[in-house]
Amino acid sequence: MTELPLSAATDAPLQAAPATKARGYWATVARRILRDKVSMACAVVLLLIFISAILSPWLGLEDPYKGSMIRRLRHIGTAGYPLGTDELGRDMLARLIYGGRLSLVIGILPVILAFGIGTSLGLVAGYVGGKLNTAIMRTVDVFYAFPSVLLAIAISGALGAGILNSIVALTIVFVPQITRVAESVTTGVRNMDFVEAARASGAGPFTIMRVHILGNVLGSIFVYATSLISVSMILAAGLSFLGLGTKPPEPEWGLMLNTLRTAIYVNPWVAALPGAMIFAVSICFNLLSDGLRSAMDIRN
Amino acid sequence: MLAYIARRIVYVIPIVISVALVCFLLVHITPGDPLVAVLPADASQELAAQLRAAYGFDRPLPVQFGLWLLRALHGDLGNSIATGRPVLAEVMRAVGNTVTLALAAAIIGFTMGVLLGLIAGYFRETWIDKLATSFAIAGVSVPHYWLGMVLVIIFSVELNWLPAVGAGPNGSNSWAWDWAHLRYLVLPAITTSVIPMGIVTRTVRALTGDILSQDFVEALRAKGLHERGVFRHVIKNAAPTALAVMGLQLGYMLGGSILIETVFSWPGSGFLLNSAIFQRDLPLLQGTILVLALFFVLLNLLVDIAQAAIDPRIKRG
Repeated sequence: MTELPLSAATDAPLQAAPATKARGYWATVARRILRDKVSMACAVVLLLIFISAILSPWLGLEDPYKGSMIRRLRHIGTAGYPLGTDELGRDMLARLIYGGRLSLVIGILPVILAFGIGTSLGLVAGYVGGKLNTAIMRTVDVFYAFPSVLLAIAISGALGAGILNSIVALTIVFVPQITRVAESVTTGVRNMDFVEAARASGAGPFTIMRVHILGNVLGSIFVYATSLISVSMILAAGLSFLGLGTKPPEPEWGLMLNTLRTAIYVNPWVAALPGAMIFAVSICFNLLSDGLRSAMDIRN
Repeated sequence: MLAYIARRIVYVIPIVISVALVCFLLVHITPGDPLVAVLPADASQELAAQLRAAYGFDRPLPVQFGLWLLRALHGDLGNSIATGRPVLAEVMRAVGNTVTLALAAAIIGFTMGVLLGLIAGYFRETWIDKLATSFAIAGVSVPHYWLGMVLVIIFSVELNWLPAVGAGPNGSNSWAWDWAHLRYLVLPAITTSVIPMGIVTRTVRALTGDILSQDFVEALRAKGLHERGVFRHVIKNAAPTALAVMGLQLGYMLGGSILIETVFSWPGSGFLLNSAIFQRDLPLLQGTILVLALFFVLLNLLVDIAQAAIDPRIKRG
């Protein structure tokens, strides 16, 4: 990998540039992940699901809310309804694609929120140390005493059904996990020489945390956070499946799975479709996260 | 060893109290009046105040928590608003069913996970490894409530081999170890086992790879030990960590069974939790979560102690 690609040999300006210029850490990571077939396949699948969810109103699909009593529970492959219809006669294809909008938001947003909150808490706890560290980390320990599924259901069960409550509940579940990772990587770099040098040259604690520490720890926290998206997707849809998240008639995969459960004796495979979407997104995020982790592990 | 156990137990006490506090506060983050489930819609102010005093909701929060904790220590978690029966008895009856399910799932998940993990780790980077690893990743990525539905579709709806819901013939709630009851356990147990299966596979695969690359394995082979003997050493070295991982997974299964129990109408603690949530039965909700969380803390403690007992290096740390 030390040789320049063949096309670059004819490219005079590129040759003139120092060879190390394109060999930054993130450039190497990006190049490694672009070569990983599994990761790229997952990225393509996710991209397709994301784009079709965003563009769903302009794809010429049926109205996902409009039902009809005379065409309920059509089978997969029915003319005009390639994926059949649901228990109220609504087009499954349209509902699955529209369903991506809410499902992806309630699945991914909690991880993004927890990433922001958990990284800040862990960074402060790890850098400042002392009593503040004890206070933050012992609080985190308390949340570790609950299995995450139980905690998510307990909080959203107490708060009551609703999209916002389910996002809040899942954020609370993930903040302690990210905080713990952020704290441990921060403690790892806190006493390194370059931090000491920054302190000696008069940098304040906020600057040191933001410039010198965050840059070094953000990568590993980010990889950890991406590995949580799969769990979060399953849990968010699970809350809706229990009736604690989205409310009808909103198209959302977990809720669709719940309302279609009554139809499994009539039209079983249509009833199973929304779960296949959750599975696809969840496994793609898992594989992508694995790929990212090994791409960032440059030593191997 | 005893000193280590004592230290671990002392460390658990503040955790238990904080867990109780979280469970207690859960009821108080609930929007609306906690009496909403018992109070008739047209109740007078007087009746509401009376009931509030009867349930102790009129006192300051710290006092309420102290009294609640004191009663909980005596095994009194209050009465269910919906049924009027003591919460603890209801929860313990349901937990029994959940434990049955979790143990069955643990046996399946652990056996499969260790087998797949050993094979994958031994045949690293071959198609066998790739197959086992894909299986493991699918296990941890699948929405298990959906997997439960798919299994019901295949084995109950299409093939009609196994029952789809319940824990016994004719809606019976009492468990027995005979085939009539075991048939009901098969699908929920397989569904529950996929997550621990995936996690144990990944752990054991990594462990096997690490152990096989160590010098002592080289030495064993050099002295002429056959591969089966080498394998036995690998298993011995991987066992403590694999068991610890499985112990934690057992805790997750006990606490996280609500989705699967809902799919299969399995009369366990998750099913109870579900009805507590939708009937807004707050004492029952609080009690169920407390008991499940305490089980989880206890299991964590046991895993730590067991690991220290197996591996003497841990105690010194």
